[in-house]
Amino acid sequence: MTPEPPPRLVGDLAYLPDHADGARHVVWWGNLGFMLIEGTGFLLAIGAYLYLQSQSPAWPPGGDALPGLTWSGFFTGGLLLSVIPNIWVLRQARQKREGRVRIGVLAMTLIGLALAVVRWFELQHLGVRWDHDAYGSVVWLLMVLHTSHIVTDLGDTAVQAAWLYTHEVGADQFSDVEDNANYWSFVVLAWLPIYGLIYWLPRLA
Amino acid sequence: MIALPTPRDAVQRRARLEQTWADPKGVWGFLTTVDHKRIAARYIVTVIALMFLAGMLALHMRLQLAFPDLKILGPQMYNESFSLHGSTMLFLVSVPVMEAMAIWLVPLMLGQRGMAYPRLAAFSYWLYLGGVTMLWIPHILGITPDLGWFEYPPLSGPGYSPGHRADIWAQMITFTEVAALAASVNIVATIIKLRPPGMTLARMPLFLWAMLVASLMTIFALPAVMLVTSMLISDRLVSTHFFAPAGGGDVLLFQHLFWFFGHPEVYIIFVPAVGFVTAIIETFSRRTIFGHTALVLSVLSIGVLAFGLWVHHMFAVGLPRLGNAFYTAASMAIALPAGLQIFCWIATLWSGRPRFATPLLWVVGFILTFVIGGLSGIMTASAPLDLQLTDTYFIVAHFHYVLVGGAMFPLIGALCYWYPKATGRMMSERWGIIAFALIFGGFNLGFFPMHILGLEGMPRRIYTYSPGMGWGPLNLIATIGSATSIVGGLVLVANAWISRKHGTPAGANPWGGSTLEWWASSPPPTYNYEYTPVVESIAPLWTAKDGLPVMTGAGVERREVVVTSAIDAVPLYRQKGASPSIWPLVAGIAVTAMFVGSIFTPWAVVWGVVPIGAALTGWFWPQRPRARTGPLARRAV
Repeated sequence: MTPEPPPRLVGDLAYLPDHADGARHVVWWGNLGFMLIEGTGFLLAIGAYLYLQSQSPAWPPGGDALPGLTWSGFFTGGLLLSVIPNIWVLRQARQKREGRVRIGVLAMTLIGLALAVVRWFELQHLGVRWDHDAYGSVVWLLMVLHTSHIVTDLGDTAVQAAWLYTHEVGADQFSDVEDNANYWSFVVLAWLPIYGLIYWLPRLA
Repeated sequence: MIALPTPRDAVQRRARLEQTWADPKGVWGFLTTVDHKRIAARYIVTVIALMFLAGMLALHMRLQLAFPDLKILGPQMYNESFSLHGSTMLFLVSVPVMEAMAIWLVPLMLGQRGMAYPRLAAFSYWLYLGGVTMLWIPHILGITPDLGWFEYPPLSGPGYSPGHRADIWAQMITFTEVAALAASVNIVATIIKLRPPGMTLARMPLFLWAMLVASLMTIFALPAVMLVTSMLISDRLVSTHFFAPAGGGDVLLFQHLFWFFGHPEVYIIFVPAVGFVTAIIETFSRRTIFGHTALVLSVLSIGVLAFGLWVHHMFAVGLPRLGNAFYTAASMAIALPAGLQIFCWIATLWSGRPRFATPLLWVVGFILTFVIGGLSGIMTASAPLDLQLTDTYFIVAHFHYVLVGGAMFPLIGALCYWYPKATGRMMSERWGIIAFALIFGGFNLGFFPMHILGLEGMPRRIYTYSPGMGWGPLNLIATIGSATSIVGGLVLVANAWISRKHGTPAGANPWGGSTLEWWASSPPPTYNYEYTPVVESIAPLWTAKDGLPVMTGAGVERREVVVTSAIDAVPLYRQKGASPSIWPLVAGIAVTAMFVGSIFTPWAVVWGVVPIGAALTGWFWPQRPRARTGPLARRAV
């Protein structure tokens, strides 16, 4: 082998910034990747629900109560309203406003906590236990999957709030807030088809 | 014109880079490293150890079947052996080893100093190791899954499988799938965002396309198997009725979800092999690959079509005929892009100046074997024929031809091809050819007769047969063939082991390869590259006759990777790289505790969240000064 000629220097990357926002930032793509994984999980669980429904002569099967609309209505309404402060936090993070971001993330923590409490009551009014029949099992599967996302994001937001209040906020942390807000939007969007499926499909069918 | 530093400055610069990217010394360094090369190497070493164990199981089974009515293995031990062999090879070897190759090679092929998420790579290995121990430690204790590599209910349900054998299998899958998903997200983000300046999508080597597509397929396929095994565990643990017909459940739901994962999985294993084969053929034909665009499109179309085939694993369960006809057509359709690839490779070899070194021998072995496996695949794609052949040795022959021939042969070729890069030494060609002859010959001797045994009606998963069936001679030949290929495997590993110290020094580019990894020294230093290469063609090392264009400016004093735009690879910013950390291991242990606990009590899922949350908080807690503003600001001293 002939030896390689030495490299030619054609440019300098030192002028580049050491941070970028949104989809330019590498972590944004990781967040998207995990949303794709979890979104696929939701879609497959929805598929399992529809499959079991197609195998059953009645849905819910005879004798099972329909899931309650009150607490689930509160939850869904609250979740949709939470989009407003969530988008507000996202915008403040993009503009790198430290004070407002701290307040916003704290507010989203409290909102998440309130929604988790409402979800707890919602779970008490599903009208069926997971071990009663396959209908109950798949309803609880969807609810547990979604609730685990609510809890995960609540934990993440709470830790973020604690950190933001105790530290000087840098560009990377504003991106973290942005990623967390995007994730919450995903949790909200994922709920809508599940809500329709669990609460309205059996009523319309 | 910017000038390179003087030789003295260059030495100092490299020493500083070495210091910046060094791991801590000793055991602490072993536990905390985020170096993609070290992580990938431990993946590969673990995989080789598991291949040895799975090979021993296979040999044990082949000895049992060598003659009629043997009693070497009883029915229970035989069930355990094929279950452990299949689960190990599919979940703990095939998918992880492809990811390991990507974790090792992708940053090098991108001219980068690391992965997009170095700590996630470390975490994925620790979880994978959790999956390995989840399956093999209970085996040592005598609790081995015994229902095959896909554990269908109702047999795996609470009624027919008390005890924890099925739980161990199901939870081993959760481990390995979380590990694989973490690795895949990392590989996708690295390929999309960490390409070197100038490496537009059009200039991306096929190897990177293959790894990108395989990782995206992983992202969309693996949630299905995690979901279905979680449903199985919950049927067994908290009495749900997903697969219990008496409670309105349906056993076929398991098969649908399992094969929605299971069929793409075959291609998740095969598509990286397409990347290996293309890289090897290009280098050893000494010309750029024929039909690059056609190959990229074929890989992409395989990635899509693979999700539309799963029902061909279920032809025998009695689905509507129209459904069977659709899946027959889809299964035959995927042979088109696969066939196109074969023609592109043959055309490259034909029009190039091929040099038949060991890696290329493996590729030739792959083409021959994979074509036979592909043709038996076309046969079994036909629902009426499949009804006759399913659950016979014909299927055993078919899937070993496509998986061993289609993925393991290219993998061995790839290991031989990149071995000098990883170790700085060449492997012995003579022993490489002997290993190839033994494995390739032994494999075909071992598995070709199984086609005939299957056509003669020998069912798979039987522990013995009576002399009157007439299957003895072909089984004996199969056993001799398997034993031969195992001897070949030992020769291969011994060659690699001895060459580590005694092989001829390799230099940076011993095969004359065209892609960027051959520009790094062999073995690459901790920081991989001193400068950021600029890519001007699809074969950068072949076209840069007057020296590879490079850019300076990526950090020397701190760990940095260069992030570029997703399509055109325009430099955007310098991302701070992660430093070594114990948190991925701690998080891995916390997740392991939850997964293992959840076999015994559902509350493990609830309480297990606490240590996992604590570990992740430690992992992601940014190290920055205390607040000087706001209500919790540090008070002035």
